[in-house]
Amino acid sequence: MAEMNKVTEELLRAVTDWVSGDFDGAAYNIREDGGCAGRHSTEHIKIEPKEGGTGIDIYIAPGTKSEKVYIPACVTRSNVKDVVYNDFHVGEDADVRIIAGCGVHTDGEGEALHHGIHRFFLEKGAHVIYEEKHIGTGDNAGKKRIDPVTHVELAEDSCLEMNTVQISGVDSSIRKTSGKLADRARLVIHESIMTDGEEYAETDFDVEMNGEDSAVDLISRSVARDNSYQTYHSRIAGNNRCTGHSECDAILVGKGRVNAAPELYAGHLDASLIHEAAIGKVAGEQIMKLRTLGLTEEEAEKKIIEGFLRG
Amino acid sequence: MLTLKNVKWKPDDGDEVLKGIDLTVETGKLTVVTGPNGGGKTSLAKVISGLRQATGGQILLEGEDITNLDITERANRGISYAFQQPVRFKGLTVKDLLDLAAGGTIPDEDVCTVMNKVGLCTKDYIDREVNASLSGGEIKRIEIATVLCRKDSRLLIFDEPEAGIDLWSFAGLIEAFEELKKEKDKALLVISHQERLLEIADEIVVIADGKVRISGPAKEILPELMHDEKSGGCPIGKFEKEARSNG
Repeated sequence: MAEMNKVTEELLRAVTDWVSGDFDGAAYNIREDGGCAGRHSTEHIKIEPKEGGTGIDIYIAPGTKSEKVYIPACVTRSNVKDVVYNDFHVGEDADVRIIAGCGVHTDGEGEALHHGIHRFFLEKGAHVIYEEKHIGTGDNAGKKRIDPVTHVELAEDSCLEMNTVQISGVDSSIRKTSGKLADRARLVIHESIMTDGEEYAETDFDVEMNGEDSAVDLISRSVARDNSYQTYHSRIAGNNRCTGHSECDAILVGKGRVNAAPELYAGHLDASLIHEAAIGKVAGEQIMKLRTLGLTEEEAEKKIIEGFLRG
Repeated sequence: MLTLKNVKWKPDDGDEVLKGIDLTVETGKLTVVTGPNGGGKTSLAKVISGLRQATGGQILLEGEDITNLDITERANRGISYAFQQPVRFKGLTVKDLLDLAAGGTIPDEDVCTVMNKVGLCTKDYIDREVNASLSGGEIKRIEIATVLCRKDSRLLIFDEPEAGIDLWSFAGLIEAFEELKKEKDKALLVISHQERLLEIADEIVVIADGKVRISGPAKEILPELMHDEKSGGCPIGKFEKEARSNG
């Protein structure tokens, strides 16, 4: 049974499906203000601390099917700078879901930062769905920062699907994701980010498809409201016969700004790479259509943005 | 039901498009508005549904002056409009759109009924995004479905519902319109050039150059239009020629 403070409980509810107690028998590690607030391994999923408490190693046994592992991290007060190194070792033909939400809360003027460095090593034929939701809470002046770094190494025939969401309250976020794909490996990333106020969010993808028939699909949907600013950079390198697709769509509201800079590198004749990008305000005709269904202008815009970020 | 008195519309940066339209649409009837391209039919539909604000005249819905009401207010008074060129939404699914149209979660059996009417298989489409992956015909049928599943609609406006729809689905749509005609508390206003739709109309209104050129019961108007066609002329071409000579 995990022991944690009330703020952590609130953040856990926001970023995972946690209600109370533990995670229904699933493996988990709850990080609170740089320490461990609870840990549980299962027969097939072992969680071991790294030396010096700098993070954890998660070992998922070969052939593990339909199991979940939760590794949420919470910063619950100002003046905490939490840096953690988590490594996921996913055995051959395992098929699991990893839920890794992060919540940052400030209770004063000092900054609160979570800097999570995650590495994924998927063995042959492994399949992982990775879900990551980020949120910032607390009305105090202290800045809330989340700077995740993710690196993935995908062996033959493995597949990693990443769904990352940042909806509100994070003042600054710098997200760096890199990956290397072997033969027939597949990486799918869906990213949804909404910023408002003076928030800043930066996304940087760098994926190398080194294996034959490897594939990557990066989909980023973002909404920049008020005076917030987002930057998106992606680099997809096709070094073999492979397919790469990236899509960066952004909606601007108010004085929101977005800079999108996609980059494709084809280092092989049979590398097939595509990029799509669209930035603009909510289309007037979309709002009008929903208004003909009885929604007000504000309701229509809200529905359009909700759907856009979810899609 | 709906009465238009000398309704005009002029865009900010162009010439007057609607030049004084007088029109009555009655409940329990299907009124088809036809006429040459560029004559003002779609502008008329948009002015009625509030997407364009009339620059002159008066629009009455069951006696209430709705001329100055906005789109939402008119929708909530029972005006529904299926766009000629449907809008695409990244992220919103067909189910999302139908739920919004119905004003809440629409029961599965109602989804099936509506989707069947427009010739789509529910399981193939319900979770699909209303985005560029849908063909013109598919999205047109979904657009029509959004109007069919609205509750409390009193005036249903369909702008060229036949466009992009295959023959088989169109036959189903004709059936749907004939069913709707039986609901005596609803009025149907359909903009179309399609002969089959003109044939099931109760009233026909021909609009050209922003004016009503002829209108009346279909049984009187349709033979006149067809006579012109049989005699080698375009049934609505003469209005085009008149418009050109007037302009």
